[in-house]
Amino acid sequence: MKKGWLYQAALLAALGLVFWVFASNTAQNLEVRRIASGFGFLSREAGFEIGETAFLAYSAADSYARALAVGLANTLWVAALGVVLATLLGLAVGLARLSPNWLLARLAAAYVETLRNVPLLVQLFFWYAIISEGLPPPAEALQPLPGVFLSNRGVFFPLPGDAPALTGFNFAGGAALSPEFAALLTGLATYTAAFIAEIVRAGIESVPRGQREAARSLGLRHADEVRCVVLPQALRLAVPPLTSQYLNLAKNSSLAVAIGYPDFVSIANTTMNQTGQAIEGVALIMAVFLTISLSISAFMNWYNRRVALRGLRR
Amino acid sequence: MKLVIRCAAVLAALSAGHASAQATAEAVAKKGFVQCGVNVGLAGFSQPDSQGVWKGIDVDLCRAVAAAVLGDASKVRYTPLTAQQRFTALQSGEVDILSRNTTWTLSRDTSLGLNFAGVNYYDGQGFMVPAKRKVKSAKQLNGATVCVQPGTTTELNLADYFRTHKMKFKPVVIEKLEEVLNAYFTGRCDVYTTDVSGLVAVRASRAPKPAEHVILPEVISKEPLGPAVRHGDDRWFDIVKWSLYAMIEAEELGLSSKNIEQQAGSANPAVQRFVGATGDLGKMLGLDNRWAVHIIKQVGNYAESFDANLKPLGFERGINKLWTQGGLMYAPPIR
Repeated sequence: MKKGWLYQAALLAALGLVFWVFASNTAQNLEVRRIASGFGFLSREAGFEIGETAFLAYSAADSYARALAVGLANTLWVAALGVVLATLLGLAVGLARLSPNWLLARLAAAYVETLRNVPLLVQLFFWYAIISEGLPPPAEALQPLPGVFLSNRGVFFPLPGDAPALTGFNFAGGAALSPEFAALLTGLATYTAAFIAEIVRAGIESVPRGQREAARSLGLRHADEVRCVVLPQALRLAVPPLTSQYLNLAKNSSLAVAIGYPDFVSIANTTMNQTGQAIEGVALIMAVFLTISLSISAFMNWYNRRVALRGLRR
Repeated sequence: MKLVIRCAAVLAALSAGHASAQATAEAVAKKGFVQCGVNVGLAGFSQPDSQGVWKGIDVDLCRAVAAAVLGDASKVRYTPLTAQQRFTALQSGEVDILSRNTTWTLSRDTSLGLNFAGVNYYDGQGFMVPAKRKVKSAKQLNGATVCVQPGTTTELNLADYFRTHKMKFKPVVIEKLEEVLNAYFTGRCDVYTTDVSGLVAVRASRAPKPAEHVILPEVISKEPLGPAVRHGDDRWFDIVKWSLYAMIEAEELGLSSKNIEQQAGSANPAVQRFVGATGDLGKMLGLDNRWAVHIIKQVGNYAESFDANLKPLGFERGINKLWTQGGLMYAPPIR
């Protein structure tokens, strides 16, 4: 026992030494090459514009810290909406795949197999191309509903007392959904939904047959059987694997950089290039995604404990 | 790719000893080639031709250095770099020279740990718009959506210009050149902005119909483009700097790849020094005394490089003429 502790302590000390050597060597090399280091750049003026900002106001005169905060808000916004949409769509497709309707079940199966077997990056380019090449320029915008405009600049919705109108190059006023955001959200939600559908299906199929038979012998209709008996048990099983899909979605949102949505990684990349401080930038990206992922994990574990059957061992 | 380079940079910074900072020229002589960081594809500056051979004035600078150091301009290996990857690739030692239409600025010269060896093209930032928009001046761009690549001075100048003129714009920032051009050509953006040289090259080589795009008259920044090397290796810095100046000086002396052998016997003392017949300028650089002959014979002088690479795309010499002809190209005395 004593010896065991000694080994552990030695291992820890060795690891600490390795990290110390790496850190001091890095600092020394940066010093030798006269490459600036430290987080002082965060308070300097960023000087670049950001195409869209969720919740936070921003201008080029703001600091790098503010720009990064805008990027973080954009990442959280697309990830949060993505999780909600992916869950709803995944649930629908998962149910459809088990439907007694042959056509519906096959369509759902085709959806799952197509979406989860094509790389997400390719899908993002596909959605972005559909939106930016498939829709007309602002001057010829489609108007599916009064006041709602659809063009290659995105979707514009009217807000109370603030209707979008075409002024010069683009629409102004109202609320807008940019093509980059729409493509990223669609890509993330549809891709993750394919995996969630399979989780839902697995959850449902794992509910013992006896439960369904019991529901039917009580005289419940198919819809009620699914809603009141099967889903509550199935979704409980689905929570742990869902967590990893939510984590994947949050991490995959960093592919935004390929289609020009200003997420945290995109802003951090620009910051790294303007300041040349790659090590600090990568550290920030790692810290942010670690925090997001651990938060999702903690929440889902809490939720799992809440919905799990007490005292039941599986 | 970007992350790979970043990680490589971090690893290199972690592991490299600092002896490596002093010895690029020796390392190049030992491995037998110059590793050169170039643009992934900008016509006239660095772009592979149909046979896969890299061509352009930035490429010629790399070839000139290889000719000076190794006596053979073909001994160059190219690393295509995006705007975002370029500085890390140089800092980490992945490339020996960064010759990638890079603007010389104070902050890059200092906090990025670079040394700019001179200017091989004086440029400025401009705007390109579809002709059918009937825009005549950049001052009419209020409210426009602007396509731009990240990690460049372009992004900063753009924000500065619109701030100065109290106009608004929406940037669409995409890293890959193909993707950002696609966004512009499909109408996602009203405007594409980069250095005017880049606009001319893109319009000539990538636009579906070049005549449908106009470059606005405003040039909103100074963009002296030139090769850069790492801080802390003065000898390598000297070699790159004087390789560039040799090309400019050769144009001024009237020496070209066609006539340098005949001119070697010229009575002009400046030519005598240049070709290494008198003096030991090459030795001062730690090179063969015929270093400049190798450059001019194999790569050509600055005018030859410009005419071969940029003229066919519709570039004018403009401010890139020699100082003797009213331009800015000026080499310090080679003596």
